[in-house]
Amino acid sequence: MSRQTSQKIAFALLTAAAVVVVVPIVLVIIYITIQGIGAINWEFLTAMPRNGMREGGILPAIVGTVVLTFGTAIVSIPLAIGAAIYLAEYARDTWLTRLIRLAIINLAGIPSVVYGLFGLGFFVLFLHLGTSLIAGSLTLGLMTLPIVISTAEEAIISVPQSFRVVSISLGGTRWQTIRHQVLPQALPGILTGIILGLERAAGETAPILFTVAAFYLPRLPRSPFDQSMALPYHLYVISTQVPGMSTEVQYGTALVLLALVLSMNVVAAILRSRFRRKRRW
Amino acid sequence: MIFKQSSSRFSWNEFLIETLIRASGFSAIFFVALIFIFLVREGAPAFWEVSLHNLFGTRWYPIFDIYGTLPLILGSVVVTVGAVAIALPLGLATAIYIGEIAPRWVREILKPLIEVLAGIPSVVLGFLGMIAVAPLVRRYLGMPTGLTAFTGAVMLAYMALPTIISVAEDAIDAVPKAYRDGAYALGATHWQTIWRVVLPAARSGIIIAVMLGIGRAIGETMAVMMVTGNAARMPLEWNAFFRPVRTMTATIAAEMGEVAQGSTHYHVLFAVGLILFAITFIINAVASIVIIRGGPRRGGRLMG
Repeated sequence: MSRQTSQKIAFALLTAAAVVVVVPIVLVIIYITIQGIGAINWEFLTAMPRNGMREGGILPAIVGTVVLTFGTAIVSIPLAIGAAIYLAEYARDTWLTRLIRLAIINLAGIPSVVYGLFGLGFFVLFLHLGTSLIAGSLTLGLMTLPIVISTAEEAIISVPQSFRVVSISLGGTRWQTIRHQVLPQALPGILTGIILGLERAAGETAPILFTVAAFYLPRLPRSPFDQSMALPYHLYVISTQVPGMSTEVQYGTALVLLALVLSMNVVAAILRSRFRRKRRW
Repeated sequence: MIFKQSSSRFSWNEFLIETLIRASGFSAIFFVALIFIFLVREGAPAFWEVSLHNLFGTRWYPIFDIYGTLPLILGSVVVTVGAVAIALPLGLATAIYIGEIAPRWVREILKPLIEVLAGIPSVVLGFLGMIAVAPLVRRYLGMPTGLTAFTGAVMLAYMALPTIISVAEDAIDAVPKAYRDGAYALGATHWQTIWRVVLPAARSGIIIAVMLGIGRAIGETMAVMMVTGNAARMPLEWNAFFRPVRTMTATIAAEMGEVAQGSTHYHVLFAVGLILFAITFIINAVASIVIIRGGPRRGGRLMG
């Protein structure tokens, strides 16, 4: 077999692999949209569930997920940005810094269900927060930390040295330089990281199983200490635990969740491409 | 060291902010430690409440105080090995395709699509796996049920693919241009260059991709719980891959909601979580040592 032939065969196989990876992704999205779009109407999005979730809407699940996502943002954004600034601007290359990096990589690798266990053991039981939105937000916030930290750190590092040098030569202090020069330049990158982290949090089920999720609670949450329904858990419940559930409602719920999560994905992608285009260095 | 001497205007405000920044930097270590401590606190009693012989036995019947975790551990292993066996060749090939062969416009479509895959919630994939993939598996493999380790491995493979592809592609990208130029100058074809020069040079990055893929796969919960059939049995027959299994993650997720706090069952589930934590910790620690050792970081910092 000539070298050219083997190259052709190899490239054909590589292309085929890429097709096998990508086509199902497109199919999944189209399939869920087609199957679920019929269930989507005003009532479905704005009403309480009725008749053991078989009828009515999914409003409390939507609201629960939105509130949880905001809660996650409140918990993780300040901490993650602080950690990213520390790693990018303050930390020297010592064993302690390496230990921090090791810890972040390991936080990223901890299975989501283990976060759920920790949330149950620490926030729900030890801190007596109970099964509540606040316990769930804290658990999800912890889980999103490593994603936001690493993207934000990338963004901060990629701000060129000249910005810092100029600021300092004009008499700026270290914090003034970071606050007024580095952070504004890194902002789109940081936002991308935040959205990617929140996207992950909005779609997760395992961490909220034992920390927030109510099986069936046809009312809106009243306080941060209230339990709540949430979209991912609701989809799990209606597809495995409720007999006689119509598939259209299941697909409809899946579609709402998918649309919510993927719209965050799109926002992140747009931000990133604008960031790349606008970059002046 | 531009900042060696600080200016005379010492500000408490600034001091406070910098202290907070330092504190959040160290918080990652604190949280890993806290998670570990609480898993141990809640999981350790399992090791004296249940005899080791029972705990690592081959039968899992919590109702009868039989807590053999071996079927769960092996269940996770079977599904993970299957997932990686599917995802590794596919992911590596796709990474090579994106990094080396694809025209620019194809790459611009593929990369966002793979990010979309990373964003699809696992419960959505699990739902689809149950309702659309499992019936196909049952029909084409002639099994009594479509909810098998194989179905789980397929779903997991797709969930691990984004990780494997992006890490492997970074590794391929990082191979210096001079290596390729050298190969071309010696008359190698593009494929020979990829196979004999680029891939060996990207080896350590590819190993990291595989490890992180394994870490992702072994910790996945919802999709696996919904499509593997959840039968806690030893997957030892020749066709075990095509029969129902139950993983560690699925067991925790399915049973934790129903146990009494402080019961033996509760402690054993935390112990299973501790085992999962230990496995992913080791995988990630090894991978991160390779990452941190790998080459100098890009510039950008001001001090220190």
